[in-house]
Amino acid sequence: MLDEALEAYVATAREVGNASSLHASGRRARRRVEESREQVAAVLGARPSEVIFTGGGTESDNLAVKGVFWARRAARPDRRRVVSSAVEHHAVLDAVDWLAQQEGAEVGWLPVDAVGRLDPQTLRAELAAHADQVAVVTAMWANNEVGTVQPVAELAAVAAEHGVPFHTDAIQAVGQVPVDFGASGVAALTVTGHKLGGPTGVGALLLARDVPATPLLHGGGQERDIRSGTLDTAGIVAFAVAVETAVKGQQEYAARVAALRDDLIERVRQAVPEVIYNGDPTDRLPGNAHFSFPGCEGDALLLLLDAQGIACSTGSACSAGVAQPSHVLLAMGADDDRARSSLRFTLGHTSTQADIDALVAALPAAVDRARRAAALRTPR
Amino acid sequence: MRVLAAMSGGVDSAVAAARAVAAGHDVTGVHLALARNPQTYRTGARGCCTLEDSRDARRAADVIGIPFYVWDMADRFHEDVVDDFVAEYAAGRTPNPCLRCNEKIKFAAVLDRAVALGFDAVVTGHHARLGADGLLRRSVDLAKDQSYVLAVLTREQLDRSIFPLGDLTKAEVRAEAAERGLAVADKPDSHDICFIADGDTRGFLAGRLGETPGDVVDASTGAVVGSHSGAYAYTVGQRRGLHLDRPAPDGRPRYVLSITPKTNTVTVGPAEALDVSDVHAVRPVWTGGARPDAPVECEVQLRAHGEVVPATVALDGDRLHAELRRPVRGVAAGQAVVAYRPDPAGDVVLGSATITG
Repeated sequence: MLDEALEAYVATAREVGNASSLHASGRRARRRVEESREQVAAVLGARPSEVIFTGGGTESDNLAVKGVFWARRAARPDRRRVVSSAVEHHAVLDAVDWLAQQEGAEVGWLPVDAVGRLDPQTLRAELAAHADQVAVVTAMWANNEVGTVQPVAELAAVAAEHGVPFHTDAIQAVGQVPVDFGASGVAALTVTGHKLGGPTGVGALLLARDVPATPLLHGGGQERDIRSGTLDTAGIVAFAVAVETAVKGQQEYAARVAALRDDLIERVRQAVPEVIYNGDPTDRLPGNAHFSFPGCEGDALLLLLDAQGIACSTGSACSAGVAQPSHVLLAMGADDDRARSSLRFTLGHTSTQADIDALVAALPAAVDRARRAAALRTPR
Repeated sequence: MRVLAAMSGGVDSAVAAARAVAAGHDVTGVHLALARNPQTYRTGARGCCTLEDSRDARRAADVIGIPFYVWDMADRFHEDVVDDFVAEYAAGRTPNPCLRCNEKIKFAAVLDRAVALGFDAVVTGHHARLGADGLLRRSVDLAKDQSYVLAVLTREQLDRSIFPLGDLTKAEVRAEAAERGLAVADKPDSHDICFIADGDTRGFLAGRLGETPGDVVDASTGAVVGSHSGAYAYTVGQRRGLHLDRPAPDGRPRYVLSITPKTNTVTVGPAEALDVSDVHAVRPVWTGGARPDAPVECEVQLRAHGEVVPATVALDGDRLHAELRRPVRGVAAGQAVVAYRPDPAGDVVLGSATITG
C-alpha cells in the first residue's frame, strides 16, 4: 500500500464510528466517507453521487453486469442480451457466463483483432442487429494480460447512439492511463484499490444516475440502495487517497515506466530474437510487456525466472492451479501452444533499470531450458 | 543440490520436502495435477488429485517456505497409468497403478522435466531407504514400506531420487509434521487407487470396458459352474464375489485360478491349485549391483504387502525366472516380482520384473 494510503487507513481506523449512525462518531465517519467520495469523483471526472463504494473490483464488475442486466430486463423482459468483449477479466467473463447459464441471457461475444483491440465497428454491427434486446454492454478499458487499451470513448459513443448502458472495467487503467468517467461517456466504470496502491477489498463502481441497477446485496440500503452493508470507513478513506495519488501522478509515472518498458522490450527482443510481442504496440498500459516465447511453456519459464528472483505471470490457472491457455491470447488468434508459451512482465512504481538488467541476463538460459523441457512433452 | 519435491498434499511428501530443505538442498515444491477434471473430484474423493490436496500441498509449501507450482500431468497420467490399468485388466492381468505411476510419471515424465529445467533430483515421500551406496532398501517401517512399488526404477532413475523418510516410521513422520507446524500432520492416509474416487474398481472397469457376460468354469471338471459380467473384473486368487450356481463336488471353496480374455472365461478351482512355485516375468530391472550372470539366492515378493519367500532368481535376456522355495498362492500376471537380499540394515532391492505367469 502507498504510505499515504496506509497512514490514512491507520488514522481513520483508530477513530470509531459507523457512517450510518446519527451520533457524533457516526457523523465523523460519514464525513470521512463523503469526503472520500468527493475525492474519488473529482479525480475520475464523476459526480460524488455516481460513486458507489464496493468490496473491490470483482464485486463492482458483478454489480454492473448482473445489476444492470436484471434492472433493464425487469423493465422490458425481451431485453435479455448481454454484449461483451471476448477478452474480459474473469470477474466480467464469468458473471456474463453465469447470466447465460442461470438467467437465460443471450450473449453477444465480440471478437477482437490480433492485438486484442475491440473495433467500435464490431460493436456497431452488433447493436445494429440487436440493440432492442441488449440490456448491457461491457468492455474493459485496458486488458490485464496483454495491456491493450480499448477505444473506450468510441465504444461508449456507439452504445449511447443505441441507448444501451456501457460498462467498462477500468481496474487496470486508473493511474496508468488518463481515465475520465464523464468525458468517456460510459455509464458504469469499475475501479479497485489494490491495483493502485490502496487497500485490497475496497473499490467502487461509478454508476451514472440514470442507469438502473438491481443490487447484489440487500440490507441497510447504503450507497443509493444499490450496495447495502456497513461502510468500511478506513478502507474507503485509504482507497480515495490512493486513487487521488495515482491519478495525479499518472502522467509522470506513465512516462517513466513506459520508457523502462520500451527498454525491456528492446532488450528482450535482442536476447531472444524469435520472441513475439503481444498486444497493441502503442495503445497499451505503460507498465505492461507481454511476450510469447515459441517452443517454451510459460509456466516453466516462470519457475526458472522465479528462481532467479524475477517475478512474472502466465495467464490464469484453474481452481486446482493448473495453468490454462489464456482466453485473451486465444481470442487474439493465438493457437494453444502460443497461448501457453506466453509470459507477462509488469513494471510499476518500484521497478528499476537493474530489474531489467537482471531479467535480460537470466532470460536466454531460461528460454533454453524451458525449450528442452517442452520438447519432452507429449504432443497434445 | 537443486531438487524438486513432488508434493501430493499428504503428510509424507510434506515432511520429505521439509527434510530436503533441512538437508541443505535448494527445494522447489510441485504438485502433480493428475485428474483431467479436478473439479469432479471436489468432494468425498480420496487420493492424490483433488482440489483439496492441491491446496494442502500449497499450504505445506508455504509453511516450509519453498516455491510451489502445479504441473499438469493429467494427459500423461491418463495414457500411461489409467489407460494402462484398464488395458491390463482387459488382458486378464492385474496391474499395480502406483508402480506404473512411479515408473512412468513421477520418476520419468516429472523427473525428465525437472532435469531439463536444471534440477538435480526429485524428492518424494515414499517410505523406502536410498543411501549413499545407491541401494534401495525397505523402510524401517515395514508396514508402510514402499520399496515394492519403487523396485521398478532403473539405476539412472534412482541416481536422481531422494527418499528422506526411509528411516522414519509413519508415526514419526506424523510427529515430525506436527513439530514442523504442517497442518497435514493428521491427514488420513490414502489407501485406494487415486483415480477411482469411490473405491469401486469393478464399477470403474465396467464403465470403461462394458459388461460382457461369460462363463465361470471349474478347472477340474470343465463344467460351467456360474456366470460373470466381464472376466476383466476378476483377479487370480479371488474367492469372494464369484456367485457360483452350485457348490464344488468336494464342497470346498473355489478360487479364481485364471482369466482367459479371449474366451471371456473365468476358471475356478480349489485353493491348492493356486499354488505356484515357478514365476516367469519379463522386462527385468536390476539395481542391487551388477546384473547377475548366474542364478541368485534371494527372497522375492510377488505383490504389494505380500508375503516374502526364499527363491532362486535367474535372468535371461528380457526374462526373469524365480524358482520359489515353497509354493505361493495367488500369483497374478501384471504384478511385479521383486527380488530382495536380506540385510540387517534393511532388505536390499536387487531387481524386479513384470509377472507373466
